[in-house]
Amino acid sequence: MVLVAIGVVALAADLITGALAVLLFGVMIASVVGIIWVAIMGGIETRRALAPYGLLKPGILWLSLFFLAPLWAMMEMSLSSKKSRFDFSPSFSWEWGNYSRALTDFGPQFGRSFLYAGIATILTLLIGYPLAYVIAFRGGKYRSLLLGLIAVPFFTSYLIRTLAWQNLLSDSGPVISVLETMKLENLMEWLHIMDNGRLINTPAAVIGGLTYNFLPFMILPIYVSLEKIDTRLIDASMDLYTSATGAFRRVVLPMSLPGIFAGSLLVFIPAAGDFVNAKFLGSPQTTMIGSSIQDQFLVQLNYPLAAAMSFVLMAIITASVLVYAKFMGTEDLT
Amino acid sequence: MRRALDTKQKVGRWAINGVAGAAMAYLFAPVFVIVLFSFNNPEGKFNIVWSGFTLKNWANPFSHPELTDALVVSLQVAFFSTLIATLLGTCIALALSRYRFKGSGAVNLFLVLPLTSPEVVLGSSLATLFIARGVSFGIVTVIIAHVMFQVSFVAVTLRARIRGFDWSLEQAAMDLGATPRRAFWKVTFPLILPGVLAAALLSFALSIDDFIITFFNAGSLVTFPLQIFGASRVAIPPQINVLATMLLMGSIAIMVVGLIIESRRRRLNTGSERKR
Repeated sequence: MVLVAIGVVALAADLITGALAVLLFGVMIASVVGIIWVAIMGGIETRRALAPYGLLKPGILWLSLFFLAPLWAMMEMSLSSKKSRFDFSPSFSWEWGNYSRALTDFGPQFGRSFLYAGIATILTLLIGYPLAYVIAFRGGKYRSLLLGLIAVPFFTSYLIRTLAWQNLLSDSGPVISVLETMKLENLMEWLHIMDNGRLINTPAAVIGGLTYNFLPFMILPIYVSLEKIDTRLIDASMDLYTSATGAFRRVVLPMSLPGIFAGSLLVFIPAAGDFVNAKFLGSPQTTMIGSSIQDQFLVQLNYPLAAAMSFVLMAIITASVLVYAKFMGTEDLT
Repeated sequence: MRRALDTKQKVGRWAINGVAGAAMAYLFAPVFVIVLFSFNNPEGKFNIVWSGFTLKNWANPFSHPELTDALVVSLQVAFFSTLIATLLGTCIALALSRYRFKGSGAVNLFLVLPLTSPEVVLGSSLATLFIARGVSFGIVTVIIAHVMFQVSFVAVTLRARIRGFDWSLEQAAMDLGATPRRAFWKVTFPLILPGVLAAALLSFALSIDDFIITFFNAGSLVTFPLQIFGASRVAIPPQINVLATMLLMGSIAIMVVGLIIESRRRRLNTGSERKR
């Protein structure tokens, strides 16, 4: 199974050419035939031993072909060079210049993406934790109903939700008029949330949109980890004379860390690559890296540069996830 | 044992409930806007400023053929990709939870990777492969792309759901003379079916709503999110809100039915346990 997958990846990405490809193809065929032969001729024990591989094969093959092989193809592309501006089939040439261009030309976009995604992750935690807590510990018999309610807004389309925020934050929209009647504009300007009396097209609007759109990814994992907590542990800690805050800090919070960890990843990673919020709620000064990648790929048709940018994005995300995992002390990533 | 709460604790309780309530209101604000603006009578091409109540958008929800066509394309893509992904994902989940075998840790990690990669990277890398291989973009490439992230999703959610499954039931059926195939279809399958359906429904929703990955792999094909994105610069007709509200109502209805079935089943289960 593993051999077949590797073989498919190699063929698909055109890693191996000529005689090697034929050889590899032969090995693949042989391994498939081998599995079938053993399955037919072998006893019930061998058949059982092979069953999981048989079940895995189609799905893993699909992922190898359309997830792994593309990553390989992209790595190759990121090291390719275009002969001219209008050369749309770049050839592989160890062109490291794409990476230095990705870093020098798009530094601000990278910086903004991680800054916005980081702030949005913290905000989703601050908003989502109390909500998950109340549902898990005070929801009673309405728990599943309340959880369902959280999912409801996300049954409307992602883009339409973001457009609705455009609506809410617009210059004549309700949020501005509430802030004006409460005389909070000066405070908002001072906090750099509003800019010249505007909310829309500011960094705050983009961060707000990211926070909103990825909030459920924070709430659900935290809820799952809170729900598992035996409330008798809290009672026990209070019997041992901790205060309510102490019980929260020493019992509930540590036990919900896996949920916080999972939630942060599920918010941070898509938020860092997002470009819809920046496009609908931001301005050219708030462009995020996702939108630059999309622009280089689909508008400029500069595939090598777009590929290099994607790889840098992946590398930074992987590095920050590893650092974060170390910081949280979590070994179990899945 | 419940203690009497002092005033400070009571205030704390109410503060947390207040924050949770505000968070709920925050979640629903845009939904309210979407539904409200489906009744708007906009003056220009952009349905952004409130300018009067009307029912005419609801009277002709399909008056913008490009929107309706896009919705139909999205439904087609979601149908086929969900079908393939559920089949492949269920097999993976079964293999992982039913058997102990070498390499299951690697498979687990491999499955999580697509879910923890940014969508821009997934979309652009797949498109790079298609371009390098000279594959022309269209509905097939979009379905392939959707299946790619749905397989992982179905496998991971279903595996979590059938983690506590009692596999000795299958053994028992075989001890009573059922063939392995019959034991699977008569015993295991009906028991995991609700989980499979739930995972399929969620991945269907993921497919309909996907924008970023589709954007890279669609070519000239226009799905519902792509249509909205394209239109948002030119015109935002209120019919977008009408169709969105319909989708919302449809999914709420499915969810309510699911909740009712689940609570009824729970009542039946507790009832039979009590009899024992």
